Amino acid sequence: MKRAFKIIIITLLIIAVGALTVYFVSTHNIPVLEPKGLISVKERELIITSSLLMLIVVIPVLVLAVVFGWKYREGRGSKHAPDWEHNNIAECCWWGVPVVIIIILAVITWKTSHDLNPFKPIQNGTTPVKIQAVALDWKWLFIYPDQGIATVNYVQFPEKTPIDFVITADAPMNSFWIPQLGGQIYAMPAMTTSIHLLANETGEFEGRSANISGKGFAGMIFKAVASNKQDFQNWVQYVKSSGKELSWDIYTQLVEPSEYNDVEIYGKIEDQLFDQILIQYMPEGNKK
Amino acid sequence: MSLFGRLGEHALKHDWIEYAAGVSIVGGALVVIILITYLKKWGWLWREWFTSVDHKKIGIMYIVFSAIQLAKGLIDGLMMRAQQATASGDCMGYLGAEHFQQIFTAHGVTMIFFVGMGVVFGIINLVLPLQIGARDVAFPLLNSISFWLFAAGGLYIFISLVIGVFAGTGWTAYPPLAGLKYNPGVGVDYWLWSIQISGAGSLLSGINFLVTILKMRCPGMKLMRMPVFVWATLATVVLVIFAFPILTGTIGMLSTDRLLDTKIFTADYGGNPMMYINLIWAWGHPEVYILVLPAFGIFSEVVPVFSHKKLFGYTSMVWAIAVITFLSFIVWLHHFFTMGAGANVNAFFGIMTMVIAIPTGVKVFNWLFTMYRGKVTFTTPMLWFMGFIFIFVTGGMTGVMMAIPGIDFQVHNSLFLIAHFHSVIIGGVLFGFFSGYSYWFPKFTGFRLNEKLGKYAFWFWFVGFIVAFFPLYLLGFMGATRRMNHYPAGNGWQPLFIVASIGAFLILIGVLFQAAQLYKSIKERNQNKDTTGDPWNGRALEWSTASPPPFYNFAHLPEVHSRDAFWELKKSKKDIVKRKYEDIHMPKNSMVGVNIGILSCVMGFALVWHIFWLAAITFIGILIALIARLFVKETDYYVKAEEVEQIETRSRAT
Amino acid sequence: MNTHEVSPDTHHDVYSKTVFGFWLYLLTDFMLFATIFAAYSVLSGNHFGGPTQKQLFNLDHATLQTVIFLISTFTVGIAGVYTHRKKRGGAIVFFLISFVLGIVFLGMELHEFSHFIAAGSGWKKNAFASSFFSLVGMFVLHLVFALLWVIVLLVPVFRFGITARSVLRLTCLKMFWQFLSIVWAFIYTIVYLLGIV
Repeated sequence: MKRAFKIIIITLLIIAVGALTVYFVSTHNIPVLEPKGLISVKERELIITSSLLMLIVVIPVLVLAVVFGWKYREGRGSKHAPDWEHNNIAECCWWGVPVVIIIILAVITWKTSHDLNPFKPIQNGTTPVKIQAVALDWKWLFIYPDQGIATVNYVQFPEKTPIDFVITADAPMNSFWIPQLGGQIYAMPAMTTSIHLLANETGEFEGRSANISGKGFAGMIFKAVASNKQDFQNWVQYVKSSGKELSWDIYTQLVEPSEYNDVEIYGKIEDQLFDQILIQYMPEGNKK
Repeated sequence: MSLFGRLGEHALKHDWIEYAAGVSIVGGALVVIILITYLKKWGWLWREWFTSVDHKKIGIMYIVFSAIQLAKGLIDGLMMRAQQATASGDCMGYLGAEHFQQIFTAHGVTMIFFVGMGVVFGIINLVLPLQIGARDVAFPLLNSISFWLFAAGGLYIFISLVIGVFAGTGWTAYPPLAGLKYNPGVGVDYWLWSIQISGAGSLLSGINFLVTILKMRCPGMKLMRMPVFVWATLATVVLVIFAFPILTGTIGMLSTDRLLDTKIFTADYGGNPMMYINLIWAWGHPEVYILVLPAFGIFSEVVPVFSHKKLFGYTSMVWAIAVITFLSFIVWLHHFFTMGAGANVNAFFGIMTMVIAIPTGVKVFNWLFTMYRGKVTFTTPMLWFMGFIFIFVTGGMTGVMMAIPGIDFQVHNSLFLIAHFHSVIIGGVLFGFFSGYSYWFPKFTGFRLNEKLGKYAFWFWFVGFIVAFFPLYLLGFMGATRRMNHYPAGNGWQPLFIVASIGAFLILIGVLFQAAQLYKSIKERNQNKDTTGDPWNGRALEWSTASPPPFYNFAHLPEVHSRDAFWELKKSKKDIVKRKYEDIHMPKNSMVGVNIGILSCVMGFALVWHIFWLAAITFIGILIALIARLFVKETDYYVKAEEVEQIETRSRAT
Repeated sequence: MNTHEVSPDTHHDVYSKTVFGFWLYLLTDFMLFATIFAAYSVLSGNHFGGPTQKQLFNLDHATLQTVIFLISTFTVGIAGVYTHRKKRGGAIVFFLISFVLGIVFLGMELHEFSHFIAAGSGWKKNAFASSFFSLVGMFVLHLVFALLWVIVLLVPVFRFGITARSVLRLTCLKMFWQFLSIVWAFIYTIVYLLGIV
């Protein structure tokens, strides 16, 4: 009686937890599972596919653990075969089935590694928008080389348009990540990486640094806004007319450590600012 | 250069939490010292424990030290949970950012090096020689030196709380953050020497155990007759031998970057921080298999005994271990798919990573099918195994998911990753250790652990783990990255952090039950004596000795004719042949280990604080200690046959 | 080194255990050098505007060093034979010859280091110099240990002759020296030859 009681309570608890989880998930934004970007949608697909494939093995394992634990408990009088320790069919199954699943996953891995390669440009017939991202202590600087503007902790771009992010750091290693639009890529000093994203719809997304770079790293949060084409053009004009200039001098002040920076916008930028930031790490740019 | 390098009063300035921690550590140490002095036990400690070269004593010291480190690491974890449960929006939490960063760095170092490696080497020390029918490991003095190097490294975790600061870079200390430019202070240096010194100990242990297994098995114990735990140990030490030197070299180069201003891992001057990441993970991935393979070995001992059945698929188990060992060297890049190696490289390493799931799965099925048609008793060791199945398997599943670069791009460095590796490390390594601890406790102490408290401890750990870590999977999907001391409000993260804190608290209760279990068992030890030496009806040779075994382990080295040597012996109902007792050759105690430990600890401290004259002196001191040892002639002695006979008769009589 | 005094039942055990253990130690030392070699390979082209291999290396100097070390390895091998035959005189002479050659090598290497520093390529200069000094410096460190080890072992041999214990220890020393010559062969090839080509 007591055992049955225990089982009922535990089952009810599990159901309650399950229900709470479902409720929570349905009332909150889960960026990776509710993607709004071309890349992140494919990444979610991968998560679901791989989970299902693995459950083919995982669920039997968990079930067997419970069933065997139950059925072969001492005192239940089940058959006892103390020296049975070999069975070719069984071994073939649990070597063979996982091998097949891993082969399938391997093929998927190969394909998607290429498909979802951050360095791979997105081509959808629209002219990409180029944005250069620089990780600083402890904020993000965004440079729009074609528009001649720059921002801090804020980036805006048109929806349904490929965005070519070229990334570096003038700080320790960081990681550039907008979960709702796609995966991340490291931002490293003295070198560039790139990531190509595309927002499927308009919206406001959160981006952050996903690699510890010092004291203020948790505050390296930026807002990424996907607007329609017209709004984007308007925004660019707005920034251009804001009057602030990101000269090299201003930049050297910006590089100084600061945390939880407010959004800044610069209507004018130093020529070839991004390249000049990189050159600092080259012999020719070594000012020491 | 000042006499004290860069050490000054500023090193003692801390915030109130650090003061509290420092005071409790120093206070605790003082209490222990006063207690030992009051009980007049220093001589006993020195003779029986510190200078012992007996693998059983050294094993226990490893475990005691790891238990203390586990307490510290758990407190770190609880503090982190408390911070993250509260630091949302306008509230910045109770810990400053730098302090929080030191806590999670220390937490990682403590758990991986000083708990993980400690319990692994502790259990191997205790069990390995007995299981192969040997009297000790191949190099008992080296064993002692290894332990003291390990302890010396572990002390920095505590010292840095009082004098100076610890690193705030995360436990892998990536440059350029860990380099001179961004972290010129002492924190990273404490990290470096802590790991370098204890790493040397680990390396020497690896060599020691490998020679032991290959050269000191008792007559008849062919390789394919060894218990699977011994195979697991063999694989583990092969990994140690190949992987630890990579760590030595890599953090050695980070040390020269910091001490001598070399430009190996700097962002400029041609340095290459990405190379550090490659090298540290070339060590780091084998390291996690070094941690988990012994746990697999422990389960291969525990499951057959408590299923009253032979282990299923011995040969498969051995092959699976071999495959895992080999593969663990060619997967390291999965720790940094996001560094931009390109699609082909990422895909290769991803595929290699998921292939490891195959032999691992084979082992899980073999254990389950050991239970099939067995007679399973759910003692505490067996409960820990069941808990392992649930938690480790989910951890493994999420691991295979992250082996796919496309997925990893989203979850790398997020709390999803944290949930994964805690699942496999706690579910695998720690639960494995707890299973082994409950299983082998009577053997090495002579009395049994309280089963009831052990079961309570298990359930609180198991439920607590799920409550503490499963929300982190969801948090990862919600975009929560790791190592944050603060996050924005209103995005739904806080409730999950609060749930996680509750889980951490449940785990704490589990630990308290374990402490209570130990206390009660010691108090009631006379009622729970293990008089037969074989309380669980065991299968391997360690159960053929008395509990605890005599210091020489076996009066006569066993002769083995099959697997499960002791089980077969019991089945054949052969009487123990009354053979003539012989003199036994045993090594003497030595203070070389303690000396080297103390000297290394001071040397590392001196290097941290740039007190170079002291570093030089202690280094020379270590050389002198080693050279002096070369000139010691009386390094061992003979136990007379009469004494052996006395000890054997006495233990058979009770 | 942990050795036991000779006893009838464990003599061979101790010898073979210790020699095998020392092989394993050499394996780990090999991995250590491999790590630093990897670093050197990656960084050897990163001069950051400073002097290059072609400007700094003197191949004749390095070749002479290599010949000297190879000879010292040959003589250490002979010393090993004398040791196993318990011939004290021969062992001492040939270990000392290796010792002297080792000192000469050491002097030559320190000379090269000071040349690097004078040419503006000290270990702080750039990644190439740092990794060069790390790799060759690590070799020098090992050599210094070996030289110290020769003295420490030869003193008791000189005073008490060759015992079973000293056979074991001198064998390990000989193995270490031979290991170093293998490491140097890699250094000569990868650092000097490939650097100048």
